[in-house]
Amino acid sequence: MSLDTRLCVERSTFTLDTSLAAASGEVVAVLGPNGAGKTTALHALAGLAPLSGGHVRVAGRLWEGEGTHLPPQARSTGLVAAEHLLFPHLSARDNVAFGPRSRGTSRAAARRRADDELDRLGIGDLADRRPSALSHGQAQRVALARALATDPELLLLDEPLSALDPVSRPAVRATLAHRLRAFTGVTVLVTHDPLDALTLADRLVFVEGGRVVQEGTPQEVVARPRDRYVADVVGLNLYAGEATDGEVVQTPAGPVVTAGHEHRGPSWAAFSPAAVALYLSRPEGSPRNTWPVTVAAVELAGQTARVRCTGDLDVTAEVTATSVASLRLQPGLQAWATVKASEVRAYPA
Amino acid sequence: MTDAAEPMAAEPVAAGRIRAAGGTRLGLLAPAGLAVALVALPLLALLLRADWGHVLDHLADPAVLPAIRLSLLTTTTTVVLAVVLGTPLAWLLARAQGRAAAWFRALLTVPLVLPPVVGGVALLMAWGRRGVVGGPLYEAFGVRVPFTPVAVVLAELFVAMPFYVIAVEGAMRSVDPRFEHVAATLGASPWRSFSRVALPLAVPGMAAGAALAWARALGEFGATITFAGNFAGRTQTAPLAVYVALERDPQAAVSLSLAMLVVSIVVLALLRGRWVR
Repeated sequence: MSLDTRLCVERSTFTLDTSLAAASGEVVAVLGPNGAGKTTALHALAGLAPLSGGHVRVAGRLWEGEGTHLPPQARSTGLVAAEHLLFPHLSARDNVAFGPRSRGTSRAAARRRADDELDRLGIGDLADRRPSALSHGQAQRVALARALATDPELLLLDEPLSALDPVSRPAVRATLAHRLRAFTGVTVLVTHDPLDALTLADRLVFVEGGRVVQEGTPQEVVARPRDRYVADVVGLNLYAGEATDGEVVQTPAGPVVTAGHEHRGPSWAAFSPAAVALYLSRPEGSPRNTWPVTVAAVELAGQTARVRCTGDLDVTAEVTATSVASLRLQPGLQAWATVKASEVRAYPA
Repeated sequence: MTDAAEPMAAEPVAAGRIRAAGGTRLGLLAPAGLAVALVALPLLALLLRADWGHVLDHLADPAVLPAIRLSLLTTTTTVVLAVVLGTPLAWLLARAQGRAAAWFRALLTVPLVLPPVVGGVALLMAWGRRGVVGGPLYEAFGVRVPFTPVAVVLAELFVAMPFYVIAVEGAMRSVDPRFEHVAATLGASPWRSFSRVALPLAVPGMAAGAALAWARALGEFGATITFAGNFAGRTQTAPLAVYVALERDPQAAVSLSLAMLVVSIVVLALLRGRWVR
């Protein structure tokens, strides 16, 4: 493993204790709600925040732990934050050349390297501009070029796209995805945007309250979330319970009938919001999964709407905009939610 | 007009309130106007009484020119020393946390509020022939500090350096520490991240601090006359020359004052948009 770390950091509100491992060239996305300790984890990797325990080993070299603490400048990292943090008094080229210069490269070679790196990100023509003359998207690309120009073993991306406007975000995301494919070091990407994680990362690590609650490939996590927060992120309804027989998961709020499963014991039951149908009165000859609910919130996105419902079982439904209008869905409305058993997947907890 | 007057007539209470508002405004305007007059009048008087035809002759007077020369020399030395010594101090204070930094900051503020003549006495106690440092210095090397141009610089430094340090500390404190974090991850040593990132970003603040310190040093009177004396050509700076000239040749004093007023306004113009809005 090229990155092998266990990060323990004491904070006033929580204790971070997170293990991360990744091979060369891999992108690990760390996801979690605000205040989950994601940025703290990155700062600990960069050497900007001291560890209270654990270790950081990168490419076989111990950066921290067992009495060792390399200062940030002795670690081979590149850091990109939400704000570009380009040095305002330097041109784009000199910003990118700053790293190679700091590591002892000659002025001419550092500038050549900067120009190459800017060219690779498609912004070679902006090399002479000051940060104040760049758009947000351009500046963030320069910041990425600056972080990569030292060929770091560990690239740390802290919500790199979150401060961008919706127009430039997809373009910068595409640039980032393209450049990361050619990057040979380990990338740790902190984000709360599932789209960043799913499109950029090889592995996802979910952190909540300073601890890892789930990790796996994007496919695994999307298919089988094992935490309410994870389920929210990937947009699934998720319930914990006991698989008592081959077709029912008993949850504290009652039985959920599934498409059928082999395992017994602690189990998750999951279904997509699109599988949920809403009715104003109890449907006749109703499916076996039928629950009375109260509409809590309706969010319209294009032709579909997400309807959050509360009840014995909290259910999120995805319905058409037309249904929102015909059922007059609004907070406080009493309704019935149904899900076909064939749409419910169960897997061991 | 009639529209506005009618409700007033119909509602005497409202009319009374409006008159009260007018009274309040007058109550504020009178002292405010007096305050402006108290400041502006002396400056205006200086301009009115100046012998404009002979200002340059007065400044070239053998009794005045050496004082101007000495003032330029000592204030420039003071500012250079303040920048060289004060910048690292300002940086340390800007990034320091905890008690010690707060105490140093408080210590630096003392010369700002201390009567300058007390500063002069304190300087004598430190550097005088029987002073804490001056005594051993005299006995070991026969070096006497008081009543020399060096004493002038020490006096100016005593009052001007705190101005510089406090101005620059403010400017450096506003440099986002995350720039230094990024510089460190890029491999920059703390020295490189200070000299290549923090320092350039603080340059406007340093310029303002230097101008402020220079203006303060130029006007230094009390500490200088106490500690360095008033020897023409040796320790007599421009403000001291003005004071002396006032008895001998008042017009020359006015001309020299005028020159220093112009210099002060130039400094003010340099600071515009930074300290003066």
